[in-house]
Amino acid sequence: MWQAFVDYLVYQVMGLSPQSHLGSALDFFIYDTVKIFLMLAVIIFLVSIIRSFFPPERTRKILSGKREVKVDTGDGTGAVTVETESSLREFLGNVLAALLGIVTPFCSCSAVPVFIGFVESGVPLGVTFSFLISSPMVNEVALIMLWGMFGWKIAAIYISTGVIVAIIGGIIIGRLKLEHQVEDYVYNIKMGENELVKLTWKERVDYAWGYVQDILKKVWLYVLIGIAIGGFMHGYAPADFLVRYAGKDNLFAVPLAVAIGVPLYSNAAGIIPIVNVLMEKGMALGTVLAFMMAVTALSLPEMIILRKVLKPKLIGIFIGIMTVTIIFVGYLFNAIMA
Amino acid sequence: MEIKILSTGGCANCKKMEQLVLEVLKETKTAAEVIKVTEIKEIMSFGVMSTPCLVINNKVKIAGKLPAKNTIKEFIMSEDA
Repeated sequence: MWQAFVDYLVYQVMGLSPQSHLGSALDFFIYDTVKIFLMLAVIIFLVSIIRSFFPPERTRKILSGKREVKVDTGDGTGAVTVETESSLREFLGNVLAALLGIVTPFCSCSAVPVFIGFVESGVPLGVTFSFLISSPMVNEVALIMLWGMFGWKIAAIYISTGVIVAIIGGIIIGRLKLEHQVEDYVYNIKMGENELVKLTWKERVDYAWGYVQDILKKVWLYVLIGIAIGGFMHGYAPADFLVRYAGKDNLFAVPLAVAIGVPLYSNAAGIIPIVNVLMEKGMALGTVLAFMMAVTALSLPEMIILRKVLKPKLIGIFIGIMTVTIIFVGYLFNAIMA
Repeated sequence: MEIKILSTGGCANCKKMEQLVLEVLKETKTAAEVIKVTEIKEIMSFGVMSTPCLVINNKVKIAGKLPAKNTIKEFIMSEDA
């Protein structure tokens, strides 16, 4: 319906031909801009409502595996509440952490306190990493953009692959027993107790609305530029432009896409419209996924922030594991889709 | 009254919170000592993991998000009373 309206506007009212470069580029630009901004507003609002139920402090409590259990003292004084000391087991903890990473609001400026808070409450290092990998990678902006421009199937593939990468990455780091590669001071910090404030629905709605405004303010320009470049290429570049360079038969395409993706951190909003057109012009799906993951999960500023709590060797191992896993994902999907 | 703003540095919302707090204090003519806390050990001692975070008279008022100016006003007025 929206497409029909935009077609009418561009081809009838403005009198451009659908076959012309300008007409097809402009049609693409108007259609996508309005669609993406609407989706961003609505979905970020809904996601924020869900997130208001999962502040990092609660996620920490869940992942620490400590539950308050009422125990009958047996001497007639009644029941007392005791914290159990069961930390979550490997696999299960990693799965839970990767999933909670999706719903816990997280910005890289909170990476240090979140890391310390998790470690302090006894969350195993590998489980903490599963969270640290999934949280930025499966972020709502990337997801909405993928959904809006590639369709829900690719968005779903991206989430599930992202969660799996986070689980595997965390398990490997956990197995390597790298606890001594965490800066020593981290283990000396004692976290205070603070009752979680229960939010009212009005507060949740205010929070969600404020968050929508925040995100839109941050990304609108990138989205516009991204869609404009995408629209331009859609209208002007030949359809099989990239098959030779980024098609599934070029083995170097995946590592190269990852290398290009790393410095483009946190610009998922602007990159996805461009990637969408790259795929239309012949880039293979696995290469697209690897590129997206490199953009969101391998961000240089986040590594610099994490350096405050991790020794250089652990940062190196972390980057290494992520790079290898992401490249593997790229090859895997290129092979499956072939 | 003692107001602490917990911040891991750098982030835009932390600076904005400080600015809003100062504005509210000025408008309501409230006397308060405003302290910026950036040391991670002290931030964690309040039991929070997300910044910016507003602490008034050692009570955590809000963590991990920037409140509206009116909300900050309510926090300050209720502590001041």
